[in-house]
Parts: sequence; structure tokens; C-alpha cells
Amino acid sequence: MSKCAPRFALAALATFMTFNSAWADEVQVAVAANFTAPIQAIAKDFEKDTGHKLVAAYGATGQFYAQIKNGAPFEVFLAADDSTPAKLESEGDSVKGSRFTYAIGTLALWSAKPGYVDAKGEVLKKNEFKHLSIANPKAAPYGLAATQVLDKLKLTEATKAKIVEGQNITQAFQFVSTGNAELGFVALSQIYKDGKVTEGSAWIVPASLHEPIKQDALILNKGKDNPAAKALVDYLKGPKAAALIKSYGYEI
Amino acid sequence: MPLDASDLGAIWLTFKLASLTTLILLLVGTPIAWWLARTRSWLRGPVGAVVALPLVLPPTVIGFYLLLALGPNGWIGQTTEAMGLGTVVFSFSGLVIGSVIYSMPFVVQPLQNAFSAIGERPLEVAATLRASPWDTFVHVVLPLARPGFITASILGFAHTVGEFGVVLMIGGNIPDKTRVVSVQIFDHVEAMEYLQAHWLAGAMLVFSFLVLLALYSSRQGKSAWS
Repeated sequence: MSKCAPRFALAALATFMTFNSAWADEVQVAVAANFTAPIQAIAKDFEKDTGHKLVAAYGATGQFYAQIKNGAPFEVFLAADDSTPAKLESEGDSVKGSRFTYAIGTLALWSAKPGYVDAKGEVLKKNEFKHLSIANPKAAPYGLAATQVLDKLKLTEATKAKIVEGQNITQAFQFVSTGNAELGFVALSQIYKDGKVTEGSAWIVPASLHEPIKQDALILNKGKDNPAAKALVDYLKGPKAAALIKSYGYEI
Repeated sequence: MPLDASDLGAIWLTFKLASLTTLILLLVGTPIAWWLARTRSWLRGPVGAVVALPLVLPPTVIGFYLLLALGPNGWIGQTTEAMGLGTVVFSFSGLVIGSVIYSMPFVVQPLQNAFSAIGERPLEVAATLRASPWDTFVHVVLPLARPGFITASILGFAHTVGEFGVVLMIGGNIPDKTRVVSVQIFDHVEAMEYLQAHWLAGAMLVFSFLVLLALYSSRQGKSAWS
């Protein structure tokens, strides 16, 4: 027994070190809720192609800002807007020069019912729905874009009493998918795969009706010395990720 | 004052919600608590467990099931729609339903403990004096259980004020209808309006402390729950 002990300890140490080196190449990413589906697809390829591991947390950009300012362990941030990353950059929370636009979001007016939304979004003007779900415009860029669309179509007053807010784009989507709101402004990425709307009916809102939803990413200070963080950012800029991002209805 | 109109609206709404919820819970909770305290039925265990569920369930679970059940595809939602009431998600009524479920154990359990503590004796004496069960309840049980009712009201009210997850799941964040104080604080934090968040959050902290202080000071030497 006593003869076995040192050997066992050595084996344990070796195992631990193997695991440890695997952990060193793990990257913690804060991901805007609208990018949940694409990053899951990208993560698979990224892990296969580079051997690094991607650990993602999903949420609202404003909330991530608060968490990052208060020491959250994120190394890369994929935001839903460009102003929050710009703010983090100017406040010295990120690696200089790492900020770039990884996707430009597309807004969609969506209903879980097939045939409910027409190809031109006339359903909005008819105003026969009871609830219109949007993301909180104060915190979520897709919510802000939704209010800009309503403004541009001069429907702000008419729809005011019908608007229900989700805390982020995921909740705005959830209100529509459970049928509690007949209609909602969601991110196209939530309902789109390989060039088609996957369920219900939708109007893809023309980009001219709102400010562009530029989604910026950057490497945070915590990821400064992590090769996996750099690898992820390079991967996102590459052609393979770009094709995937586009297949979810984003522009680049 | 740093609180704006929407903050004040949220405070008033929270007050209305907590008051109405407490009132309904006292009406609904009293018979349940009485039954739980007196019955020898095998159903006592299961019913007691169901009443206590909100103590351990994450509010998101309650909110999620309510969102599905109250919605147009859920059984409660289809019933309310058939009755011509529409669905209650995204409405003040929906929040009241959610709050009644969520705060139920905080009202029922103190009442149940108070009723149990009375024991058989006073009821038997009242019966030998030919008091009807209703008479006994109003003139014997209610006065004896008064501290239990006070505790139940305070805890029910305070717990509803502190509600967040259920409201977030079924409220839809509508000003003056479903945007309560806890959600308003969350909004301020998300929008990086930390000063306004501080004022409301600080007010909640002071309010909660004062409520519990009143509760614990008035019942020195006894557990606040009994």
C-alpha cells in the first residue's frame, strides 16, 4: 500500500496538470441575449478548430456593463450595441484597440401564429392586436430600435397602451412565443435559420426605419493574457464565423 | 426630490398591490389555516405542503407556470377568455393572482400556528355554553388569535412588496399597471441610472427594516412566526 502511494500521487498530479492546462485555454464570454443561438453554433466550430473552450453567459448589455464594472470574470464581451463597449473602452476596462463590430442586427416584427404578420407589416397599422411586446428600450438596443420604428411609422401614440416590455430581447420573444402577446419586435436571429423564418410569421423590418443596431465586441482586461480570448476574437472576424453569423439574419 | 413621477407611480402601485393581496390572503388564508390547524384528515400533509411551496420554489418557477397557465394557450387563460374576461397576463389582476400564490405561506402559516396554540379547551368551554361554531370563531378564536393575524398581515404585505421574479415574468413592465418598485430598481440599474436606483433601493431597505423592527419589537421573547 505504502509503495503504491507515491505512484498514485504522481498519477493524480499528472491528471490534475492535464486538466489544468485545459482550463487555462478556456474563455469566459458575456454574450448579448440576441446572439445566443449564433454563438452556440460558433462555439462548436471554435472548440473543434482551435481546441479552446468557450464558456458563455447570456444577458442584457446594460446588466453586463454593471457586472463588468464590478469585477465579473468575463474576458470577452459581445454586446448588443456599440455604445456600451465604447464606454467600457473609454473607461479603461478593455484591451486597447480590440473593439470591432461583429454583427449588425436585424429587427423583425413577429407573431407565433402563422399568417398573422403580413410581408409589409400592415398588421401594425390595423392595430387589432391586444399586446405588442418589445424589449426594454432603456436597456436593450433592439427595444430602442423598435421604438424608432413606431416613431417613424407614426404609430407611437396608437400603440402606447398596448406595449408590454421584456427586460431583454429574450423575454420580449418569450411573451410572443407563449402567445401572451400576439405581436412583438424581436431580433431576426431568434426566429431565423438558413435564410428562412423558422416558425410563426414575420415582417423583416427595413433597416431604413431605425438606426443601425451595430453590435460591438471587445477583449476585457481580464482576458488580456488569455490566448483563448484573442483566438475567439480572431475567429469571429474569420470567414467561417461570418458565414454562420449571416445565416442567422445579421449583416456584417 | 430625486424620485420622478414614474418612481412615485411604482411606489403607489406596489402599495396597492400589497394591500389588496394581503386583504385577499386574510380572507382566503383564514379558512385554510383553520382547517390545517384542526383537521385530522390525511389531506393535511399534502395541502400544507402545497401552501408552503412558494417558500422554497424560485419565483421564476411560479412566474413561468403562471405565464403558461394564464396565457391564451393555458387552461386558466382559456377559462377566463371563455368567460369574456380576456387574459390577465400583463395586467394588475394578473399580478394580484401571482402575489396571492407567492405570499400565501407567509399569511397561512402564522395563522395556523395561532389557531393551533389556542387548543381544544376554549372551544369546548364555548360549546358547553351553547355558543354556535360561528359565535365561537368570532368571539373566542379571533380575539385569541389576534397576534397571529397581525403577524400574518405584516408578513404578507412585506413579502408582496419584496416580490420581483414573478412580476418580472408575467408583468410586462407597464407603467402604473405592472411596474412595481423592485422592477423599477432593476430598470434603473440596467439603464445605468445608479443614483435613482440608490434612492429607491435605500427606501426599500429602510421600509423593510422598520416593518421587521415593528414585528420583532412588539412580540418580545416570542418567535415572530407564532
